[in-house]
Amino acid sequence: MNIDSFLLMRHEIILLVVILLLIVAEVSISPRKKNSIVHLAIFLFGIHTIAGFLTIEESSLFGGMFRTNGMIHFFKNVLNIGVLVLLLQSGDWLQEKIVQENKGTEFFILLFSSLLGMYFMISAGDFLMFYLGLELSVLPVAALAAYETAKRKSSEAGIKLILSSALASGVSLFGISMLYATTGSIYFADIIEVITASNLSILGLVLFFAGLGFKISLVPFHFWTADVYEGAPISIASYLSVISKGAAVFILMIILFTVLKPLMHIWENMLYGIAIATMFIGNLFALRQQNMKRFLAFSSIAQAGFILLGLIIGNQLGTATVVYFVLVYVFSNLAAFGVVQAISLKTGKENISDYEGLYRTNPKLSLVMMLALFSLAGIPPVAGFFGKFFLFIAAASEGYYLLVFIAVVNVTIALYYYLLVVRAMFLRKTDNAIPFFKSKIYMRLGLIITVIGILALGIYSPLYEYIYELSAIFN
Amino acid sequence: MIEGISIYEILALTTILFFIGVYGFVTRKNLISILISVELILNASVVNFVVINKYLYPDMLQGVFVSIFIIAVAAAETALAVSIIINLYRQINSVEVKDTEVMKY
Repeated sequence: MNIDSFLLMRHEIILLVVILLLIVAEVSISPRKKNSIVHLAIFLFGIHTIAGFLTIEESSLFGGMFRTNGMIHFFKNVLNIGVLVLLLQSGDWLQEKIVQENKGTEFFILLFSSLLGMYFMISAGDFLMFYLGLELSVLPVAALAAYETAKRKSSEAGIKLILSSALASGVSLFGISMLYATTGSIYFADIIEVITASNLSILGLVLFFAGLGFKISLVPFHFWTADVYEGAPISIASYLSVISKGAAVFILMIILFTVLKPLMHIWENMLYGIAIATMFIGNLFALRQQNMKRFLAFSSIAQAGFILLGLIIGNQLGTATVVYFVLVYVFSNLAAFGVVQAISLKTGKENISDYEGLYRTNPKLSLVMMLALFSLAGIPPVAGFFGKFFLFIAAASEGYYLLVFIAVVNVTIALYYYLLVVRAMFLRKTDNAIPFFKSKIYMRLGLIITVIGILALGIYSPLYEYIYELSAIFN
Repeated sequence: MIEGISIYEILALTTILFFIGVYGFVTRKNLISILISVELILNASVVNFVVINKYLYPDMLQGVFVSIFIIAVAAAETALAVSIIINLYRQINSVEVKDTEVMKY
């Protein structure tokens, strides 16, 4: 193994260097300039994001345990951009709250370790690497969810997340052990050649899928979502709903489309039922939420249901639509969480009723929120519409007309509750609206990037074609 | 390999262990007990990997490797969970599930 092949892990190596540099910086920065760690971390991560765009060739390392190709590389860049926007949005919160308690550096180290775990998870070439990446991505986030140690809700969110994710990974491992029993290997490349639909391998598939379903918060496994999102700090809730979910969807897609492809007649029926249940339960529970974070939690469950529409067809078109939808979803959800965070940081208010009359006092924030919600709902000019539209086309192309019809019904339900928030912001008049405030530069930058993303992704069609070309490897 | 014991007995044992863990996770009222139940599930899969490796595919050591990694990760998981539970205990003086219900609906 020479240095050239080692450099194929460039994303991972640079991120590891960033983590190490932050540890050194923690020691050397004087206590009077504590805030500079935030600027340093954002700067270093920005460099990492830009360096990630350099092209990389397709190959595999360590005897097939680690592999990389154009699609995986592209998805790592999507995750990078998401985390960069998230850091920008939480920069003010970090400076005002977390750094003052001397917990700033640890925040970045934990967050970046989790991202590192996701890199390893999505480039995994065998189930051992996949499991290690999964755990590395979950454990730091659980610590971060319990990060505001003085708040009871935060600790509760942490314990709920760690216990349910431990159960999920345990169940998943039990499934993997059954797949190992039927095929005699943990390497994806070896499993593809020998796997057949026997009873044991089907049980293994179901248990494995249950474990990943927890991460994506599909319906029978969604109970932790709302509680964790409400209790955790907002940037961590945003991380869980955007980055963590996106990475889990991606690796689930890879494993279903390549390794477990011979069992497709089993898992397409499974996905069919779960998609319907996820969409309905996510949407119907979102209707009755008062807290903005719980509201976004249930909305993200419903969005996971829509993603399954692309997964169910299991070919190149499915891959392209799922990746495109996740890309759009990253920007829309980050914008929504960003506005919630900006308001919560200044006023501490998180309920939908607190947003009444927001347009009169803070027109720009309301417009960003409106764009984000329109994109999540799928209203034409913005990117979310195209994301959903392609998913529906993908499902219809394989003849799932009933499923598409149910999804359209759910889009209508979703439109109702997204518009409830828009109505509160634009049409309601109230005397004690949130007063005008100005966010700092990081937050504004973070929101501007998401708005550009929401508007540009829908219009710039070569991007979708580019993703479609990349997904040819998962055909 | 153990004389006189086939793979079926051991796999039945690990499956029972797995479902005891799931049952305990759902029914226990104490956070520490829930953590122990999760450990049962993880250990069931550890034994599974070792046994399948030894009985079915003895020429490669993949299953044994996986089980070593699972043990290490499970230790990290438990340490983190216990530290969060301790932090919670400092605030509410309890590790019961019924006391962690501030957020509902």
